Amino acid sequence: MNSRIRPALAAIALVAAAGAVLCTGAPPAHAQQLTGAGATFPYPIYSKWFDVYHEKTSVAINYQSIGSGAGIQQVKSGTVDFGASDAAISDAALKDMPRRVVHIPTVGGAVVLAYNLPGFDGRIQLTPELVAGIYLGDITTWNDKRIVAANPGVTMPAAPILAVHRSDGSGTTNIFTLYLSSVSSRWKDVAGAATSVSWPSGVGGKGNDGVAGVVKQTPGAIGYVELAYAKQNQLPMAFVRNKAGKYVEPSAASVTAAMTGVAAQLAKDVRTPIVNSPAADAWPISGLTFLIVYQDAKDAARGLALARFLDWAIHDGQQYASALEYAQLPEAIVKVNEGTLKLLTAGGKKLMATANP
Amino acid sequence: MSAGAPTRATAFVASRAPSRDESRRFSADDAFALALRIASLAVLAAVLLLVWQTLRGAAPALHAYGPAFLTGTAWDPVAERFGALPYVVGTLVTSAIALLLAVPFGIGAAVFLSEIAPPRTGAVISFMIELLASIPSIVYGLWGVFVLAPFLRTLVEPWLIKHLGFLPLFQGFPFGLGILPAGLVLAIMVVPTVTSVSREILRALPDSLRGAALALGATRAEAIGVTLDAARPGILGAVILALGRALGETMAVTMLIGNTNHMSWSLLAPGATMASVIANEFTEAVGKLHLAALFEVALVLFVVTLIVNAVARLIVMTATGGRRDVAGAA
Repeated sequence: MNSRIRPALAAIALVAAAGAVLCTGAPPAHAQQLTGAGATFPYPIYSKWFDVYHEKTSVAINYQSIGSGAGIQQVKSGTVDFGASDAAISDAALKDMPRRVVHIPTVGGAVVLAYNLPGFDGRIQLTPELVAGIYLGDITTWNDKRIVAANPGVTMPAAPILAVHRSDGSGTTNIFTLYLSSVSSRWKDVAGAATSVSWPSGVGGKGNDGVAGVVKQTPGAIGYVELAYAKQNQLPMAFVRNKAGKYVEPSAASVTAAMTGVAAQLAKDVRTPIVNSPAADAWPISGLTFLIVYQDAKDAARGLALARFLDWAIHDGQQYASALEYAQLPEAIVKVNEGTLKLLTAGGKKLMATANP
Repeated sequence: MSAGAPTRATAFVASRAPSRDESRRFSADDAFALALRIASLAVLAAVLLLVWQTLRGAAPALHAYGPAFLTGTAWDPVAERFGALPYVVGTLVTSAIALLLAVPFGIGAAVFLSEIAPPRTGAVISFMIELLASIPSIVYGLWGVFVLAPFLRTLVEPWLIKHLGFLPLFQGFPFGLGILPAGLVLAIMVVPTVTSVSREILRALPDSLRGAALALGATRAEAIGVTLDAARPGILGAVILALGRALGETMAVTMLIGNTNHMSWSLLAPGATMASVIANEFTEAVGKLHLAALFEVALVLFVVTLIVNAVARLIVMTATGGRRDVAGAA
């Protein structure tokens, strides 16, 4: 072969190898492209991360936000390097995975209760019992004496309550129903917790925008949406009483507080729900979102690139969270993640030992 | 067909082992016929593949629930109990509302356009009506949520509750989302189908028909009655097409129906359709049985569509008494 065209051909082959795993010769030392799929909830922060990381390291990460369930399916069939899910994988589903996977929590998020009460500009306080009562269909008007009791000095309007939920399966619903199940044994019996449940009452809207649309359009409606969504759309949000007995305003900082409150349990099993955290300033309806990765990578170069990215995301990446209304990981959870990353291997060989960022 | 088939078959065999003499018999016509046959078989294959894939996906649910799936009213992904009855009912009721409203308006508009309106006016109006058909369904959904729902909530539904509230159909609270709003948007979405197909059928009728009726001393209304009678099978065909669209419509319905699997007699209450539950839950269905149950809903939707179409065709056949010579006989 002509020696002058050989470097060009090699370069083309390298790109092709990274792109489509069509590599036939020696594998490239560094994978330049990774693929992932899954949750839509963390998509804004992930795409920010991928942009910044690409500029920094020239590793391109292609992420499809197709939903947590579909993302896990893709991990299972091995079509992506990593998956993303708002709901931790259950023990039963973990057994279904072809190989061992690990959960890396990346950021936290708050699920908030947005409402529409025209002409009302006070602050609404809800206890856990009230939130459950509204969604169970027990409390049907805003001036119900139980709501009035939680809002001393405020005149509640006599409007009927329309409880709005997500009609599509969603990690947001998972966090919200985990919360309801943890504060109400009746809820646990009637509906339970999952990405979609059998709602005892109310109407469903598709997506955050669907729920927000119904809430905005219907006087008396209350619905749960992600914090970022409620903030961007300037929806009024209810204060909710947390486990410590304090009425808390939803914010990224109060989600970080919630994580700190259950850090010990998270250290044992990172999949532990962080709802109803005992911390004093914790927002009770909080959740983590995870990246799902095979513990043992099939391809050493890709495994290494992924491990390095994860290491970056849980450290340097955290600074981008709060601008997008996501909650940063507290130091304790970063430590847990560092421990998990040390377990990552490729062909049985430790990855992070060779990593030298 | 029966006379032509053997020759074509031999020609096909010959084309695979061509001898100098026989190859000449595989003419351009035969190639054309073969191409057409492949095209129609490809469509058939796509349908069969669809059925097979859906069946395969639904297999775990078919095993687990059996026929009780059709009569079950629970839909609980946590306890893995699934029944499709609320969705089947929701689909049929919303489609019925849509047809009930769209058919009189659609046929009325078609008669006006083909029999009464001056040609230029007719062209403008029919263009506008056909424009309705090209609006994406998500736009209908958004319009439904932001315009129709508030209108229904503040004006129509309170009126219905006040004056017709003694009927179980109109009881409840006016939220602007539910079976009735979904049916209304569906009606608007299927009007163009009814109108444009009916209009084409009326226009295809010979003018001698109208002339003869008028010559016999019929009034204009009676003459239109005669043309409508002649066009009946074709118009029924238009209604079937509209029904097909209403049964399968997903996006706009999902945005307006309120999405709950609780069944209610009230048209003002929220509900769900087969298409809407699939659209809602498919992407995040993690459980094996949950996913399979959604596949089975798709299968049921497929079967319901098939049954509705078969029944409608039967109606057309009885209506025409087996006549096949009338314009637009399906």
